Amino acid sequence: MQSQSRSKALAERDILGIEGLSPDEVNTILDLSESYVALNRNAQKKSDVLRGRTLILLFFETSTRTRTSFELAGKRLGADVINISVASSAIKKGETLIDTAMTLNAMHPDVIVVRHPDAGAVRLLANHVNCAVINAGDGSHEHPTQALLDALTIRQNKGRLDGLRITICGDILHSRVARSNILLLTMMGSQVRLVAPPTLVPPAIERLGAEVFHDMREGLKDCDIIMMLRLQAERMQGTFVPSTREYFRYFGLDEAKLSVAKPDALILHPGPMNRGVEIDSIVADDITRSAILIQVELGLAVRQACLDLLGREPVMP
Amino acid sequence: MTKSRTAYINARLLDPESGLDTPGALLTEGAFITDLDANLFADGVPEGIETVDCGGHCLAPGLVDMHVHLREPGHEHKETIASGGLSALAGGVTSICSMPNTDPVIDNVGLIEFIHRRAREAKGAKVFPFAAATKGLGGKQITEFGMLAEAGAVAFTDDGLPIANSQVMRRALSYAKTFDLLISQHAEDLSLSSCGCMAEGEVATRLGLDGIPEISETVIVERDIRLVELTEGRYHVAHISTKDAVDCVRRAKARGLRVTCEAAPHHFSLTDHDVGDYRTFAKMAPPLRSDANREAIVEGLKDGTIDAIATDHAPHDQESKRLPMAHAANGIVGLETLLPLSLELYHRGHMPLLDVLRRLTVAPADLLKLPVGRLRKGAPADLLLFDLDKPWVVETAKFRSMSKNSPFNGRPVQGRALRTIVDGRTLFTADN
Repeated sequence: MQSQSRSKALAERDILGIEGLSPDEVNTILDLSESYVALNRNAQKKSDVLRGRTLILLFFETSTRTRTSFELAGKRLGADVINISVASSAIKKGETLIDTAMTLNAMHPDVIVVRHPDAGAVRLLANHVNCAVINAGDGSHEHPTQALLDALTIRQNKGRLDGLRITICGDILHSRVARSNILLLTMMGSQVRLVAPPTLVPPAIERLGAEVFHDMREGLKDCDIIMMLRLQAERMQGTFVPSTREYFRYFGLDEAKLSVAKPDALILHPGPMNRGVEIDSIVADDITRSAILIQVELGLAVRQACLDLLGREPVMP
Repeated sequence: MTKSRTAYINARLLDPESGLDTPGALLTEGAFITDLDANLFADGVPEGIETVDCGGHCLAPGLVDMHVHLREPGHEHKETIASGGLSALAGGVTSICSMPNTDPVIDNVGLIEFIHRRAREAKGAKVFPFAAATKGLGGKQITEFGMLAEAGAVAFTDDGLPIANSQVMRRALSYAKTFDLLISQHAEDLSLSSCGCMAEGEVATRLGLDGIPEISETVIVERDIRLVELTEGRYHVAHISTKDAVDCVRRAKARGLRVTCEAAPHHFSLTDHDVGDYRTFAKMAPPLRSDANREAIVEGLKDGTIDAIATDHAPHDQESKRLPMAHAANGIVGLETLLPLSLELYHRGHMPLLDVLRRLTVAPADLLKLPVGRLRKGAPADLLLFDLDKPWVVETAKFRSMSKNSPFNGRPVQGRALRTIVDGRTLFTADN
């Protein structure tokens, strides 16, 4: 597999967010991802494009699907993969983020994948290492590989990324997935709608090109894609929303609300799902409507493509 | 079964919504008004229609009181939904909004249904419950606004207590916007009120009582208006009592913000001088204030800054009031003095009659999106027949309310309810 000609941002060897990527670069990543989708369905899934390269997964937040997806992606490309989780890292001993970055940098890794609870932390770390950095989620800021895998899921299902009506529902305020998706999908020429109670909509979000709705039926009307976001438990009993049951009644995706979307509307969810909070079990499990497991499969391919594009050229000390 | 029909003839029809003020007649069929006109029944009332001769008296929409404490559940020795409903009818009030600061607090759907059931059984005035804005009036977690509104809560308030935390107030206003619901605020900064038990000023100083400053109201209204501007929520100041707060609301309205307020009769009828010699029956929150503040309330009512007149009917037994000023309970009963005290605004030449009635009927009804409070074909037949001029003296012993805590005992007043009609049925008739 040959990657396409390197564009400038990718040549800078970081994917810190959708912001900074061009439509051409997005297409480059998605096209390459398609070939990995095919490879992953073979019995022989292994390639050796990253043989001899070192991949560090540095996760300051718990993660199952994203960390596993990156680890498997690295291993299938032949890289040596190191996992560092916050529980066992020197961070617990009081080391600053920049010291951690410089320490790891001294071991000459080729790619570092970082997740951090603070917005902007991944960029700060990237400024202090020579290797490529991929943002696997920084606070409520960005989660670019999630948006890319969502885009690939949509492109495979609808055949395009432009001219679609996409509704993102749920906790927009705290969601890095929402921000990355708004940026990516509006850039590719689709119309993005947001559905949430006003308490979960960040101010001025419409300036990113999205339209805000507080009535879920209005927001879902005639849409092609429904993206549900997870409502985190710690935000459910308090001042953002009064209770789980009220949230589900007005903002949970059930069959009645789904019926106002287009008949072939596809449901996406970045996981993990809270069944009965933001999504009804029947809807979540309907394989004709829900792409939730396809997203996981395509996510692996997208991460392989990103690692391939960033990691193929060795880092020179 | 044919619906019962009643003709109210020889009436002075008064409808503040349409501006109607004419001699004429009105027809009800079942629970609704089906016709009204100056010339209706000019040739006599047809057979089969019950006739009520209004004797030239005023026939207006039944009054709507958007601020009533019914004390049930929890303090049924002070008032019940039934006794409060009868007190309302005696005062010409056909719709009352119950406040949620009962025990337990009205903060869930089951309790809204409880109030509805009790009101149905009582067959008094209609009851439209407010629900608590925060769980248990705790000021921390917002209640299920959507589900409570579906169950019949018409607005949300922590009345009795302010929503003090600015973040909670912001989120409450913001979340209420989802369903376009009204948040009513008891505007008082408790840290400024401290242990005050009457208005800060000369009288309090002479009596040696801790004062409640005007700023304790203003500072919350000012803050809340800023939050309304930020959230685009709908906000209502309950029982507004200071000149400065009225000015805040006036400016907010001029800027197009969705800010409204109500005033209680005692705040445009009495001043802190009426506290006199430690009269605990004149103790309430917010307190009676200086005459300048009283005049500002009248001005606010005149120019429409104050949308509604509401009683803040707050029944208390004798034991809660026969205490030193500092320890006596806050509040006075008001349902049976609402009409004559409001009519003083007309009799003294402050306001046209229809403007006074507007603040007692259609204005609060519109704030709460209720169909009541208007004489219109198709509207609920909730009516008040009243004698505009009749002089009488308030006697608290005759109140239908279970509690008699009113500072107006012995006050000569003018204007009285003769007949109160709810859903087409006469539920109250004056003795003479």
